[in-house]
Amino acid sequence: MQGDALSKTSLEGGFQDAPVDSARAFRAAMSAMARPGWIEPMDAATPPHPASKAAGTLLLTLADHETGIYLAGDHDTPMMRDWLAFHTSAPIVGASEAHFALGTWEALLPLSQYPVGTPEYPDRSTTLIVEMDALECDGVVLKGPGIKDTAELNLPDAKAMQANNAQFPLGLDFFLTCGSRVAALPRSTQVSTTAEER
Amino acid sequence: MTTQDERKAWMSLLAKSPAEDLERLWGSFDAAQEHSWLRAPEAGGVMVRGRAGATGAPFNLGEMTVTRCSLKLPGGEVGHGYVQGRNKAHATRAALVDAHMQTAQAAAVRRTVLTPLEEAMAGTKKTRAAKAAATKVDFFTLVRGED
Repeated sequence: MQGDALSKTSLEGGFQDAPVDSARAFRAAMSAMARPGWIEPMDAATPPHPASKAAGTLLLTLADHETGIYLAGDHDTPMMRDWLAFHTSAPIVGASEAHFALGTWEALLPLSQYPVGTPEYPDRSTTLIVEMDALECDGVVLKGPGIKDTAELNLPDAKAMQANNAQFPLGLDFFLTCGSRVAALPRSTQVSTTAEER
Repeated sequence: MTTQDERKAWMSLLAKSPAEDLERLWGSFDAAQEHSWLRAPEAGGVMVRGRAGATGAPFNLGEMTVTRCSLKLPGGEVGHGYVQGRNKAHATRAALVDAHMQTAQAAAVRRTVLTPLEEAMAGTKKTRAAKAAATKVDFFTLVRGED
């Protein structure tokens, strides 16, 4: 049979109603980015294993044929590639030219391999979608734009996030996903470990 | 077993087929219509590109409206439909034909749908060519008696 890739069920799980679903997901992604530490629900798409619903929905909403996606570690499966190609037409690229990167924290490391933008174009950086085992408003303390006093979020590695914030206005932005929930950590957020703060 | 080229040929045929013809032919083919959507029918624009003399540098000829959809039969076969215009039912039928061409019913689909479509298209092409041929003018120059 020809086109086996197109004959398998890997193509299922896209938006049921693309305009509405993507608009809602975009609103959720924007709210999460605007208020670091705030967890938003997001479950409109069902990507192939092992990607989470929130990560799949984010990619369907944000990626198109001009945004390169880097799949790290276990997330780089033929099923996932087919699914992304069918629903977003986004090219799969290496880490050094990725607009979006998807994977677990360990798989995505080292952070130095991603573009952080240039002083003229700080937007030419990678947005990392980090798949987490758990996501809760508890852990390191966040401060900065979009946060009234302080917020808390369990980050995979607070030190790395501090170093990322130190590069501002350059740097990486993060979406943290777990199941059908998403939170975000833009480069502008100041991260302090709980020990120093309390 | 179907090859990529064969599929390409029927996809091309379906894309160019008139909506009424496909509706009539697909209506005469008795098949289960049930399917699930992978991508519900949606209309959009595509840029048609051309090459002068088929070998020159590519240029944008213009935009055209295309409707596409993808569906899956209960048996797991995936069909894609891309057709001219904004007729969503037409795109659905094209995708159904593509999907059924991958099942055991392929021969029946070819007989009742694809072959008549092919013939109709060849007929249209021939009629148009004949009409054009009737207007052909042969220019010739008489040798002038000056030498």
